[in-house]
Amino acid sequence: MTLLRSILLRREAGIAVMIVLFCLAVGAVKPQFLTFDQLRIILLLTPLIMIGAMGQMLVIVARHVDLSIGSMLGVSAMVSGMLYRYVEVMPWWAGIPISIAVGATLGLGNGLLITLFRLPAIIVTLGTLSLYRGLTFIISNAKQIDRQYIPSELKALSQTSPIMGIPWIIFIAFGVAILTYVFAMHTRVGRQVFALGSNPVAAPLRGIKVTQVTLLVFAISGALSGLAGILYASRWGFVNPSNTGSGFEFQVIAAVVIGGASINGGVGTVLGTVLGVLLLGCVAAALPLLGIPGTSQAAIYGAVILIALLIDRSVRRQGIVSLKRAGA
Amino acid sequence: MADALPLISARGIGKQFATVEVLRDVDLDLMPGEIHALLGENGAGKSTFAKILAGVHRPTRGSITLNGRPVEVTSPIAAQKLGITLIHQEPISFPDLSVAENLVLGKADDGWFSRMPWAKMTREAKALMDLLGVKIDVTRPMRGLSIADQQMVEIARALASDSRLIIMDEPTAPLTPREVETLFGIARRLRDEGRTIVFISHRLEEVRALCDRVTIFRDGNKIATDAIGNLSDADIIRLMIGRPFKEYMHKARAEIGTVALKAERLTVPGLFQDISFEVRKGEIVGLGGLVGAGRTDVARALFGVAPAQSGTLWVDGVAVSIKDPSEAIALGLAFVPEDRAVAGIFRSLSVEENITAAVPRQIAPAGFIRRAIERAMANDSVRRLSIRLASLRQPIGELSGGNQQKAILARWLLTDPSVLILDEPTRGIDIGVKAEFYDMIGELAASGRAILLISSELPELLALCDRVLVMSEGRLTADIPRAEATQESIMNAAVPRRVAFEGVAA
Repeated sequence: MTLLRSILLRREAGIAVMIVLFCLAVGAVKPQFLTFDQLRIILLLTPLIMIGAMGQMLVIVARHVDLSIGSMLGVSAMVSGMLYRYVEVMPWWAGIPISIAVGATLGLGNGLLITLFRLPAIIVTLGTLSLYRGLTFIISNAKQIDRQYIPSELKALSQTSPIMGIPWIIFIAFGVAILTYVFAMHTRVGRQVFALGSNPVAAPLRGIKVTQVTLLVFAISGALSGLAGILYASRWGFVNPSNTGSGFEFQVIAAVVIGGASINGGVGTVLGTVLGVLLLGCVAAALPLLGIPGTSQAAIYGAVILIALLIDRSVRRQGIVSLKRAGA
Repeated sequence: MADALPLISARGIGKQFATVEVLRDVDLDLMPGEIHALLGENGAGKSTFAKILAGVHRPTRGSITLNGRPVEVTSPIAAQKLGITLIHQEPISFPDLSVAENLVLGKADDGWFSRMPWAKMTREAKALMDLLGVKIDVTRPMRGLSIADQQMVEIARALASDSRLIIMDEPTAPLTPREVETLFGIARRLRDEGRTIVFISHRLEEVRALCDRVTIFRDGNKIATDAIGNLSDADIIRLMIGRPFKEYMHKARAEIGTVALKAERLTVPGLFQDISFEVRKGEIVGLGGLVGAGRTDVARALFGVAPAQSGTLWVDGVAVSIKDPSEAIALGLAFVPEDRAVAGIFRSLSVEENITAAVPRQIAPAGFIRRAIERAMANDSVRRLSIRLASLRQPIGELSGGNQQKAILARWLLTDPSVLILDEPTRGIDIGVKAEFYDMIGELAASGRAILLISSELPELLALCDRVLVMSEGRLTADIPRAEATQESIMNAAVPRRVAFEGVAA
């Protein structure tokens, strides 16, 4: 009982309960929602968001925010796409390290602007959100990279599966989540990210190299956006200068915050973030199934996120145990 | 102890902030295995000295030797490496991290990507807690620990880095008597192990119970160092306040009229209890006491910022309930808060807007701000209070502290208050402007206003006030008429002396 209780008292339990209740509610109307095929569909909607959310969680834990991830995704996907198109000898896999490197560089740029000039991250990354998006247009001359240029091996990552029909791309996303967990919980610097966000004033007094840790966190956010960029090319088979990565930051930040990371820094877990991403995936998958017209999907999606946050806030105050009592 | 070598020898330590000298030529030896108290009034320099030892401040002059070797304490981290730990009254910690993590954070110089040794860390943290004999679950986050437990974690951290000198800056103020007793037990044990404890406190009784030697600071000078047994309470108080006494011009005597403000048994549990007093028209009533005695909390309660939970207030003989500052303003109260940077000024707005901020109806008769009225009112205030500025449109943050303070006073004078509450009105402003302020406060009383003046500066209270109320630890301990008020009588009532141990006996 005490084990059950301690699990229920964990913040993540609230999100898990929300996911279960949401799926049961949708399943009551549309029974096909509760099938293994549907789970695959849900999972396929989430890998890019999950990868971006891992970087964003670290940024938010450090008491910053990174609004430019969608644009970094766009630039890094576009750089690899251009190389696939114009460099014949480029092997299919080379896009992966290249996109990650491009993303890490752009992320480091954010970090440098924030630490060198002591600017708030929300302002810097709002600026680079636009700046990096503009870069995508400049390097591509505003032209899309079409299907025929994306190597089929890369596209296969989203279509072929090592096991149980679950594509590679989903395993990559969970692999990133596991690596993030190890980084956040089991490395010195990972804990320093939490310390920095928990009390930025005390951090330098305890010998934490605030500048370097901040740079690292933004570089990670950029690198993961880059990885998400190349996987976007894999998943959708094209790179478009205006669409690719547009609105990414909204979904990612929503998932991270629903997952329990605190905008005030210091708090955030990989498990919570994964659950936040899955909740968004469930909602995204349920809307078309419920026959909700495309025109109103965006509004409902936003409303669901706000409701999830409100429920989460009240759960956080009272604990999941009392919420269950109230619901029963 | 006389033949032992000192752990720390400070010689000729001086410290200047901008142009203000806060510490002058301090020599002090701290012995291994002693508990050494630093005593002094607020601003006497004891905390500054402690912070210099702990690397928070760099001394402007002077040198420090540790075990006979000259050292430079350049930062708190350097201090920690030298074995010096400063424990703040409200410890600096990482609330979201576990107790165990808080203990080791910043200690290990391992590489960034080296593993966190969770199991070993937790084991060692538990061992430290056992050593201190405190029951704290080291896997819990720091958030939610009581202040006493947080202090214990800080002490454990000092032990983890094997500190030889542990400085406690007013550690007992937020503690219950039982927690104080635990803390003292641990402090004595650490002393018996040969460590040095520096103990900063206002409470003479505690100093007597715990410390071996005391050093008294006054106005940035070290006045005396002696074994505690050689000094009586009266000696200590005399040494603390015996500064050359500057006499200020007192106001023209005002006609003292009817009761303007009366408080009866005001209480906010945990902050102050049973505060009863009255202030008459034309009267200046001082409210003295040490920092943290609850004086500002009383002022905030009177003004409705954080209303009292029980008790009654009368304004002009009518019982009132003030739950919000707007109600206080409507009743003719005005409050010039202590920390103008936090609670007083709108830093980026113009002087003009700052001055007229409390009288929106007057500058905007029909709901729209009439610039001409605003400017005329501000101009008039600037002239009357001789506020020195370049332009009325200047952001108020560009003015000097004294002139900012005058502008805040001007703001409240425009509301034509009948009761004026001033909280440390002259803190941080220079002597010349201070004298102007004293004249102004005198004139305000002469014009029939009731004034409650909170001040930590004894000469200020003595020069201005018709009566001085003294608070100590949330209670009113004295009501001294002008004729009987002396520095000694005020300090005697202000220094807490009995309360520290009553809970243990109970």
